[in-house]
Amino acid sequence: MGKVIAKEVSIAIAEAVAQCKVDVISAYPITPQTHIVEHLAELVNNGELDAEYMPVESEHAAMSACIGASATGARTFTSTAAQGLLLMYENLFIASAFRLPIVMVIANRSISAPISIWNDHSDVMTMRDSGWIQTFAENGQEAVDLIYHAYRVAEKALLPVALNIDGFTLSHVIEPIELLDQELVDKYIPPLRMKYKLDPKKPITMGAIGIPEIYTEAKKAQDEALKASYRIIVNAWKEFEKLTGRKYQPIESYKMEDAEVALIIMGSLAGTAMDAVDLLREKGKKVGLIKIRLWRPFPLRDFLKAIGKVRAIGVVDRAVSHGSTGGPVGIEVRSALYQSNKRPKVVNFIAGLSGRDVTVEDFVELFERTYDAISKKPRFSYEIYGVKE
Amino acid sequence: MRPELKKFKGFTLKKLPEYEGFAPGHRACQGCGTVLVLKLALKALGPNTIAVSATGCMEIISTPFPYTSWEIPWIHVAFENAASVASGIEAAIKALKRKGKISKRKKINVVVFAGDGATFDIGLQFLSGALERGHDFIYICLDNEAYMNTGVQRSSATPFGAHTTTSPAGKVVKGQITWKKNLMGIVVAHNIPYAATASPAYPVDLMNKVKKASLVNGPAFIHAFSPCPTGWGCKGEDSIMTSKLVVETRIFPLYEVIDGKYILNRRIDKPKPVEEYLKLQRRFRHLTPEQIKYIKKRVDEEYEKIVKLSECFGTES
Repeated sequence: MGKVIAKEVSIAIAEAVAQCKVDVISAYPITPQTHIVEHLAELVNNGELDAEYMPVESEHAAMSACIGASATGARTFTSTAAQGLLLMYENLFIASAFRLPIVMVIANRSISAPISIWNDHSDVMTMRDSGWIQTFAENGQEAVDLIYHAYRVAEKALLPVALNIDGFTLSHVIEPIELLDQELVDKYIPPLRMKYKLDPKKPITMGAIGIPEIYTEAKKAQDEALKASYRIIVNAWKEFEKLTGRKYQPIESYKMEDAEVALIIMGSLAGTAMDAVDLLREKGKKVGLIKIRLWRPFPLRDFLKAIGKVRAIGVVDRAVSHGSTGGPVGIEVRSALYQSNKRPKVVNFIAGLSGRDVTVEDFVELFERTYDAISKKPRFSYEIYGVKE
Repeated sequence: MRPELKKFKGFTLKKLPEYEGFAPGHRACQGCGTVLVLKLALKALGPNTIAVSATGCMEIISTPFPYTSWEIPWIHVAFENAASVASGIEAAIKALKRKGKISKRKKINVVVFAGDGATFDIGLQFLSGALERGHDFIYICLDNEAYMNTGVQRSSATPFGAHTTTSPAGKVVKGQITWKKNLMGIVVAHNIPYAATASPAYPVDLMNKVKKASLVNGPAFIHAFSPCPTGWGCKGEDSIMTSKLVVETRIFPLYEVIDGKYILNRRIDKPKPVEEYLKLQRRFRHLTPEQIKYIKKRVDEEYEKIVKLSECFGTES
């Protein structure tokens, strides 16, 4: 196994991407993603990574170039955040419909306006329905492991993967991280061989016009592919566990065995929430935490299994879905529950927008409020938490 | 002369490649000049070519799934980003060749076909980025002087005075009020090795230019005049006549810019009156004598600029 070294998470991500032997990197600077692509540029210019580095003129071009390169059979990488992701937007849907195994890291950041560089999940939630596989890392080690996982999964499922890391709170922190030995990486990620690509020896037409007689079938096929990727995703984690001993699952539970109240969260706030769980457990409260690691395709069965017999769920969203019945995760959770006989009470908090701290004390309060929902009907379908009056 | 171009003797009418990269049966309108340019370009480039199309008529008429007219690998992603897609393809070929994953022996041409809207307007930034980064690719702008695919709306390539659905010949404002954007000037300012204008009325000249564009190392650009009978209100059989007159009236001079040196391919010492070109097309029928006077004056001025630029460097062709 590799050595555990203290590293900035962005640097470790770049090194893991390099270990995956990418052929083409195409990126445009945007905070807080920049350290990743800066370090990749260094690796290329120092001759440590044999790849084409494309410093393009916009994020739209970055994703466009990734599509071109991936369609030609190259292993590609890009990284972005917030406005950059939004500028790429139309290409995201095309990349997945083309079944291209592009890997992208999103250093999650809030969307303008007001312009803000700090962390929440409002950027990635805009691509919720784009057909990409979407995962969330909680810490540096997980971020690195999910990079290896992303290439393995993308190239087996022939779908693009977006790996989400919280901007600054994860991207810029220094953590003890173990990179895999190159030998293991090579074993885990075999060379990319695409059956259909832009090759003059075997010409194909990509991006044809889909008339009404064919569009529905094309979308159905794509949807099936994303659903079927679930198996590939889970198997790739099992394979990873065999190689490294590190275990990952679509849904992670913390102290859920006998929990009667649970919070649901994605991303790096989970660590703080776990501290709150420990604190409340010491006081005899039966609370637990559910972390969603795999957001798309949504692991419905794992989720329903994970909630056990809780009486109330508090969903902590990191993005607003203006004018809807909840935050994006809250809506998902309510919809998922409707497909089962379980009927825990659901309250939905939107917290930690644009890097606003959510402390252990805040989580304790969110747990208490979720407890209240067992006996009292919540007044709102969702609430933006912590608003200064 | 660039060393890459030294060996190329040029096509002749007697010695044209038999190869066709664009199959018949596509759904273009009668007399479509864009298809003509496309067909000639692919003839010049041969089968070892990957094509990228911007959204527009060409993708609609050539790829109604499950049919295709493309004999070569072809990709269409979106409207504005064909140049970026092509630069990604070129980068991939470079990396994969270096790593021995694709054969190093043959050059694979990467060519973009994009309309004037996709080039002059919405895709200008992407074109600029790809030219500036120096990718080895060919960008062919199929200029039919408006957004034809969406129903003839004006673009910044629409000529002065022309009627379009968004620059209508009204009672007060009579057609397009701006002069065509100087795209060649913008492209040349990127200091790319090769840029040229071409017209399908001069097919051998057009094919030679496409071939030269493929031979130079680095970005190459061709601004191809592409008549649209449907959008311009002219007869399908007049497409070639229009493509010829546009050159003979000095409206669209044929020239090359090789490493910044201007070469006027066809001096027009005795220009035909611009009216001869204008009267073939309904989009110009409302023009007032003042507008025609202005067009004449401006056409001569613009032509003289190209003559002067070519004289600065001496002519070679």
